[in-house]
Amino acid sequence: MMPNAGNRVPQGLADDRLGLWQALLQQFGLQRWSQYVRQHWSGQRLVVAVPWLWLFLFFVVPFLIVFKISFSEIRLAMPPYAPLFEWLEEGKRLVTTLNLGNYAFILSDNLYISTFAYSLKVAAVSTLLCLLIGYPMAYAIARSAPTARSLFLMLIILPFWTSFLLRVYAWVGLLKTDGVINNTLLAVGLIDTPLTLLYTDFAVYIGIVYSYLPFMILPLYANLEKHDLTLLEAAADLGARPFKAFLRITLPLSVPGIVAGCLLVFIPAVGEFVIPSLLGRADQLMIGRILSDEFFANRDWPVASAVAIVMLLALLLPIMLFQRYQRRELEAAKR
Amino acid sequence: MKTRGWFRNGALAFGLAFLYIPILSMIVFSFNNSRLVTVWDAANSPTLAWYRKLFANGQILDAALLSLQIAAVTATGAVILGTLAGLALVRFGPFRGRAMLATMTTAPLVMPEVITGLSLLLLFVALEQLTGWPAGRGIATITIAHITFAMAYVTVVVQSRLAGFDDSLEEAALDLGAKPAKVFFRITLPLIAPALVSGWLLAFTLSWDDVVISQFVSGPNSTTLPMVIFSKARLGVSPDINALATIMVLIVATGVVLSTIWMKRQERRRLLEEQMARSDAG
Repeated sequence: MMPNAGNRVPQGLADDRLGLWQALLQQFGLQRWSQYVRQHWSGQRLVVAVPWLWLFLFFVVPFLIVFKISFSEIRLAMPPYAPLFEWLEEGKRLVTTLNLGNYAFILSDNLYISTFAYSLKVAAVSTLLCLLIGYPMAYAIARSAPTARSLFLMLIILPFWTSFLLRVYAWVGLLKTDGVINNTLLAVGLIDTPLTLLYTDFAVYIGIVYSYLPFMILPLYANLEKHDLTLLEAAADLGARPFKAFLRITLPLSVPGIVAGCLLVFIPAVGEFVIPSLLGRADQLMIGRILSDEFFANRDWPVASAVAIVMLLALLLPIMLFQRYQRRELEAAKR
Repeated sequence: MKTRGWFRNGALAFGLAFLYIPILSMIVFSFNNSRLVTVWDAANSPTLAWYRKLFANGQILDAALLSLQIAAVTATGAVILGTLAGLALVRFGPFRGRAMLATMTTAPLVMPEVITGLSLLLLFVALEQLTGWPAGRGIATITIAHITFAMAYVTVVVQSRLAGFDDSLEEAALDLGAKPAKVFFRITLPLIAPALVSGWLLAFTLSWDDVVISQFVSGPNSTTLPMVIFSKARLGVSPDINALATIMVLIVATGVVLSTIWMKRQERRRLLEEQMARSDAG
């Protein structure tokens, strides 16, 4: 199919390239290309291709780049990392430098290990608190009168629409040593000296629970609302007390909602950056802050990338669980 | 059962108080005339001093304008891409790359923002090295980053709306000879219009509010409003931020209430039309 290219091989390099381009143009040139599109691309394919390519370029490829850079060495240049593949001696020798040093550094340094452990702990405790506060709320909304339900739901969602950053910032004013909570407690006479509330673990828990509570309540509500209440009546008829009926019927049935709510809180909370920066301790950072510091303050892009990859690996299982839940939820909605 | 009702309602009231007290306290203290931002100065309050100071602050106003532009473009782009993705996932049946598309539209929902921000910045740097575009970071890179994570949310909203309708209307139109594009614009689009409105508002809010991803992919001349607020908040409480928060809460509350009423009305009209169509047929 490429007679031109074949004929021109003995002539000079430039000519050869020209021939190749001609052949390529004939094969894939504009005319052929538009013909191909007309013949093979229906509107459906275009509808799929546009978001698919966008997400591939701006969501998948970036991860591959992070993965690649996590194996590089830091270098004083822009960009500040060494390439993995390098042509030395004018393209005669390909040198690959696959460097596991960044991972070895992270996994042997106590600072990183304790930061990871602390982030996981904060996320787990906050998720549990969210569940303990959110479950009774979702339950109360699901069992309230149908007209009240949409009002309550709107009240739950409304704070979510107002700036997350400003709502976290509001807690600074509440928790400060001379803040609203301390002033109120002092005025009432419950305490004599102000409590240290801000820049503590407690403040971070409050901030995360406060910001992510709607994400816990909404999937729980969606689940609880669908329950068949005649099951509870049957249990009561058979002599089960309400609390036992709840433990044996409602709670097991709501497990998918609990799992979804917990994942929606836990996964982003592990990498949370804003809340610990505004409310948290100065002596114990979370992993999102370490990543950002490595990147911006130390300009160590390879180590920052390696931190991101380790964080991603730790979250891979919860993210896959969430994906499965999301798929099942949509299939249920279709029926 | 009486005691359980009491516990339930108590929990709900406690939770709602927890959600709203911080917002209310910001609103109250935005009218407070005191150097000590958290002590109420009864003699000279309420005052609009902080609002005047806010509107005299050029840095905040410029940043707000920039954020507004980015959020509007982001919301529009995210709705277009998210609608296409949602349509493909719900209506097209099995196709090559479907599982991949489903994964790529749900993963951004839970991805920690630092990871998204870092990876996008590294992509932009690599792209610039290879192709010369984007030359430096700025409004364009922020917008691309915001569209990418906001479209995942729009996809979910559109998907659940589409899944709520069966495709009988669309199929009837196709049987009657309408071209797929016409079916989409005349039937599918009006049906999912409420989802597109809430998707647009959601994407707008996400973009308007984002600080972490913006910090990674912004350039020297593209400081968004959340970035200004964040750097101010790190230094402690400042009452003009309270004033800003109050204005934003008012706008959002009005917008949400109005759009809820509008959507309710649309829904009622649709049900009515369906009923009439059914009685005509019968």
